[in-house]
Amino acid sequence: MALRNYVLVCGGSGCESSHSDQIYQALVEECKAQGISDSVQVIKTGCFGFCAQGPIVKILPEDAFYVNVKPSDAKELVSEHLVKGREVKRLLYDKSQSSHVGSEDIQFYQKQFRIVLRNCGFIDPENIEEYIARDGYKALEKVLFDMTPEDVINEMKISGLRGRGGAGFPTWMKWNFSKAAVGDVKYVVCNADEGDPGAYMDRSTIEGDPHSVLEAMTICGHTIGAHQGYIYIRAEYPLAVHRLEVAMEQSHKYGLLGKDILGSGFDFDIEIRLGAGAFVCGEETALLQSIMGKRGMPQPRPPFPATKGLWGKPTVINNVETWANVPVIITKGGEWFSKIGTEDSHGTKVFALTGKIANSGLVEVPMGTTLRDIIFDIGGGIPDGKKFKGVQTGGPSGGVITAEHLDAGIDFGTLQKLGSIMGSGGMIVMNEDDCMVDVAKFYLNFSIDESCGKCAPCRIGGRSLYNLMEKITNGAGTMEDLDTIKQIGEAMRRGSLCALGQTTPNPVLSTMATFADEYKEHIVDKKCRAGKCKKLITYEIISEKCIGCNACSRHCPVGAITGGVREKHVINPAVCIRCGACRQSCKFGAIIVK
Amino acid sequence: MTLEELRSLREKGEKAMAKRENAGKDIQVIVGMGTSGIAAGAKQVVDCFLDLLDQKGIHNVLVSQTGAMGLGVEPTVEVTAPGMPATVYEKVDKAVVEAIIDQHIIGKKQVSDHVVRPAEK
Repeated sequence: MALRNYVLVCGGSGCESSHSDQIYQALVEECKAQGISDSVQVIKTGCFGFCAQGPIVKILPEDAFYVNVKPSDAKELVSEHLVKGREVKRLLYDKSQSSHVGSEDIQFYQKQFRIVLRNCGFIDPENIEEYIARDGYKALEKVLFDMTPEDVINEMKISGLRGRGGAGFPTWMKWNFSKAAVGDVKYVVCNADEGDPGAYMDRSTIEGDPHSVLEAMTICGHTIGAHQGYIYIRAEYPLAVHRLEVAMEQSHKYGLLGKDILGSGFDFDIEIRLGAGAFVCGEETALLQSIMGKRGMPQPRPPFPATKGLWGKPTVINNVETWANVPVIITKGGEWFSKIGTEDSHGTKVFALTGKIANSGLVEVPMGTTLRDIIFDIGGGIPDGKKFKGVQTGGPSGGVITAEHLDAGIDFGTLQKLGSIMGSGGMIVMNEDDCMVDVAKFYLNFSIDESCGKCAPCRIGGRSLYNLMEKITNGAGTMEDLDTIKQIGEAMRRGSLCALGQTTPNPVLSTMATFADEYKEHIVDKKCRAGKCKKLITYEIISEKCIGCNACSRHCPVGAITGGVREKHVINPAVCIRCGACRQSCKFGAIIVK
Repeated sequence: MTLEELRSLREKGEKAMAKRENAGKDIQVIVGMGTSGIAAGAKQVVDCFLDLLDQKGIHNVLVSQTGAMGLGVEPTVEVTAPGMPATVYEKVDKAVVEAIIDQHIIGKKQVSDHVVRPAEK
């Protein structure tokens, strides 16, 4: 019997943790129970990107976009939508619309352009045939039978693809160096050691479309003359690892990996290496050490991995998102790709939008899209009527971009000009409740925690910076400390062995430049306007507003609030631990932060 | 797998995948699936459309379902195609489905016997 409906259930890590797997099972069961399993196909796909609304279920061909679905909703979705053709309005994304709103009409998707995430949320990542049906392995076909390795490098050069892992190094150059390097054995490596706080585009790409990475690595192997690839992925991404394993098994079965691929005589195989989750192992030389079974510590460059990498052999190492672009560039041509984006950076970039934002999720936009478009149009702006304060890009290695630069089109170049970096594409949006000194301290703490300790500028410099930041947030800072921070930061930038140490001071230096007045307030006025730095704030009860309901004193974990029923309450600042529980419990807005 | 096998697998898959996609489908067939519509055979009408379109190799038609339309004698089917007025057909069965595909969708002419005429205002 012909299939009438296709039900796509999000199987990304985010939605899975909200029981999307049970939703999938329940839908399959219900279809069976209601006798329509012959005419309905239920498919577990990769991430739809709109994570704030998950779990997501999309029903085709009506293109009904159901959000926040629970396993218990499966019965109604089947009996109403699939059997009777009536959309279940209460679960639709846009409930106010009486007429039909397709998923393309949703503002979150309007300005997006999907190359890397082309298959995410559309195909079943555990079924190689669905990948093949969407032009999968077509690029490999072309590379093996119709193109010379020189053609491939040339196509990559025309495309202008730059590494998506952070540094933005032209991909074709890496490939060319390794191709030119003399050696009987060469390697291809995929860096899937995604570690920036808030970034999850690599995980979602692998979870939603693992074959795109396998195909791209095989293409590179053929181009540079390598027969072995490694995917270095952290063990804390179990679903991504599982999908990779399934994909590799299927690729072997279909003869797309292993010996004599597609009868071309070319052999290529891939192994997975699990990382233990050290941030520094995202740095390429440290990653290669880890693959070789050594401690994950960066090595001085040069020699670069492209000429001397794994076991001293030429090694191309690219990030997941970079790999996922490759098959499309080969099938559609470098010129097609080069027309997308800006002069400086071609193609698209996937951003993980998180923080104080209405539509948190994964978005893929052409390079050059403005921050305003990403944060306010796609992201839906700042919730609860709060004001936008800044956006942290590039994770702990990046910086904060403020409201005045919202209209800058973002690419590798502009972000650098604005004192931040592209990084892997994390975007953490902050509002007026965020203290920039505190945020900088948070990232600093992350970086010093993750420092491998090999070189002194990173190990000692990071700790000294942190101590100074601690001093400032405790209200003991001096204006001279700011100069010291700049000096140490500069020394770390120049003297550290790898990018981790070189970029550790970035969040501090960037916020010092853009939010100088906030630093001054902490140091001179001993005030934290956002009310985050506990040593600089006091909680007070406005006695005119207090009705003596006792809510605050009951919620106070340390008994710092005195006052009987219907009496004015008072906080004892010597006992108060500034947790804010009283303020949250007060229904009359009688408690303020000073 | 050989190159030929990969290509034929892709070709086969592309067709199946195209059914999932809505882009490029400019003609819409909407079948009324209220309780009475289903009782009158609306499900068979949907299947009939899907099978026949497949057989005839027509890929630009989107077959979807809706609740009861509340007009005409069921099963009812609405067809929208570019350059033609939206048309509701009543008493649709296998033969009518075939006529709709051949005359309306391919020939761009309404199947006049089964058109529901809106009540005079």
